[in-house]
Amino acid sequence: MDLKIRDLHKDYGQFPALNGVSLDIRSGELIALLGPSGSGKTTLLRAIAGLEIPERGQILFGDEDALSKSVQERNVGFVFQHYALFRHMKVFDNIAFGLRVRGRARRPAEAEIAKKVRELLDLVQLSGLEARYPAQLSGGQRQRVALARALAIEPQVLLLDEPFGALDAQVRKELRRWLRAIHDETGHTTVFVTHDQDEALELADRVAVLNKGNIEQVGTPDDVYDRPETPFVYAFIGDSTSLPVTIEQGRALFEGSPLPIGAVDSPDGPSRIHIRPQDVTLANPDDAAVHGEIIGLRRSGAHRRADVCVGKARSRIEALLSPETDVSVGERVGLAFKGFAAYPQDPTPPKLGLARAA
Amino acid sequence: MADAAPPSSPTSESPAARLALIAVAVIFLGFFLFLPLIAVFTEALRNGVGAYLAAFDDPDTISAIKLTVLVAAIAVPLNLVFGLAASWAIAKFEFKGKSLLLTLIDLPFSVSPVVSGMCYVLLFGGQGYFGKWLQSHDLQIIFALPGIVLATVFVTFPFVARELIPLMQEQGTSEEEAALSLGARGFRTFWSVTLPNVRWALLYGVLLCNARAMGEFGAVSVVSGHLRGLTNTVPLQVEILYNDYNFVAAFAVASVLAGLGLVTLAIKTGLEWRYGDEISAAHRR
Ligand SMILES: Nc1ncnc2c1ncn2[C@@H]1O[C@H](COP(=O)(O)OP(=O)(O)OP(=O)(O)O)[C@@H](O)[C@H]1O
Ligand SMILES: [Mg+2]
Repeated sequence: MDLKIRDLHKDYGQFPALNGVSLDIRSGELIALLGPSGSGKTTLLRAIAGLEIPERGQILFGDEDALSKSVQERNVGFVFQHYALFRHMKVFDNIAFGLRVRGRARRPAEAEIAKKVRELLDLVQLSGLEARYPAQLSGGQRQRVALARALAIEPQVLLLDEPFGALDAQVRKELRRWLRAIHDETGHTTVFVTHDQDEALELADRVAVLNKGNIEQVGTPDDVYDRPETPFVYAFIGDSTSLPVTIEQGRALFEGSPLPIGAVDSPDGPSRIHIRPQDVTLANPDDAAVHGEIIGLRRSGAHRRADVCVGKARSRIEALLSPETDVSVGERVGLAFKGFAAYPQDPTPPKLGLARAA
Repeated sequence: MADAAPPSSPTSESPAARLALIAVAVIFLGFFLFLPLIAVFTEALRNGVGAYLAAFDDPDTISAIKLTVLVAAIAVPLNLVFGLAASWAIAKFEFKGKSLLLTLIDLPFSVSPVVSGMCYVLLFGGQGYFGKWLQSHDLQIIFALPGIVLATVFVTFPFVARELIPLMQEQGTSEEEAALSLGARGFRTFWSVTLPNVRWALLYGVLLCNARAMGEFGAVSVVSGHLRGLTNTVPLQVEILYNDYNFVAAFAVASVLAGLGLVTLAIKTGLEWRYGDEISAAHRR
């Protein structure tokens, strides 16, 4: 079932948590809502589920207006960030809950419920744990119970709020692949929230990037990574640093001298160019238009990262070097750029919020 | 103390300090709690079991016990409903005047029970604001059962709510939201999610509420009128017997109240022992 969200507004008082969000979700797709802390991801998810009433806008499930329906009528599976399992019920009863609360006409017989719960336990690989209480499970197991409970009602849409947020890196990776497999098997339309870009890029068919209650870009992982439409998306997805420049007739000037990076498609005036660390190479400081001093060297995985302070404003540019590169802190180097991004009307660096640190 | 064993944990004190603290607590409890409790039972049994049982042959005492049970049977369910409603509202919704409601719930703890009794007399007594109207409709509140129930409800209404509010606040609303998203209606959510999550706290609140409802003296004393065999509750009967120099009977009846307190404690301890895992799970996320 398709999901259409049109111009959704939600205000908690001081500033909008959702500021005119529009999003089309296709039937059967797995879409990620990605954004920094406080960008409105949870609010959007809760609005779809009916747990939050938006002030304005439209939510369509297929052709039906979802906003005129109550939470119960929407038939969505919601997996909460902290699982929200019923703590006084055993795993079995947790999963059976959604079937048992149905009206008499739609409620399956107890034997059928038991069969269904067994199937789900199998699907989430928890067979044998049905008599445990949630407090007796590990975080990853609780997460899987929460998912099984949501799947039991055969939801029209499956909504997951940071499903792996509280788990350690190893378990996260495992559950990620597993969730993808379950999605492919069940074919539910699935929306999941994350502030982890790796998770979003690896798992989702499409990614919607949120910032301050607005959707900045929606696209495939390749789209948002390789063709970011806004400076925010460029900076938020993947690493990058930026340099203040002046644009004059399609050329970028850095402190008066032209950068040898080809034509820049921006109107004249102050702007910024954004560069990924892997697109920065070292050059002779006497020939290069941009040169500066190495202020830090760090090992990161198979590479070495260098922080270089350039220009009068001492802007920080990050370069990814091979570990053999023979440089030391304090050394003067020149910089050349293999690739860059420039956006019209972009004089200040984008504020990424808190989620970058994660 | 150079060769003293190292403290077993960074927060533990030296053995001397520990001993002193424990001694203070035990002596304090012994003097203020155990001694009086033992005194009640020894005095009651001073002249033997026969005299003890004879105290309960007095028709006035029997009617006092009946009245007390009746009052508790009305006041406790009322406060159970009130306590659930108030703590549900306070813990699960945001609304204006929430902190005022919280303060009001504590009012009976901060106001002397005698004062609350006086207020009811002022409102419903013969010379009170509604006295004329009540008389003309042949309704009696003060010096009758309704007044005693009113005073008891007032004095005991914080007990259930106070037990539930912190627990419900700690538990939040996410389980309820999960239940709603799974298709459960409001009442079903309350009945199978909210209520089971607080059942032990609720039971304990009810026990405390009941013990206090049966033991209340001050407020009831003002509104009851002390009509022997009619409007005397157990605590009032104890006072009357004592003032009549009928010490054995006074202490015998008092031992019933003391026993009630002990039973309440025993049930609580038993519950914690039997359902300790579940009780701590109710607090865990
Ligand atoms: N119940 C509420 N009352 C007031 N403000 C709220 C409430 N819920 C959310 N907000 C605000 O709305 C904004 C969006 O919140 P939301 O929870 O949707 O963010 P998020 O993207 O899910 O962040 P995170 O990654 O930290 O979970 C935030 O600024 C938040 O402070
Ligand atoms: Mg969130």
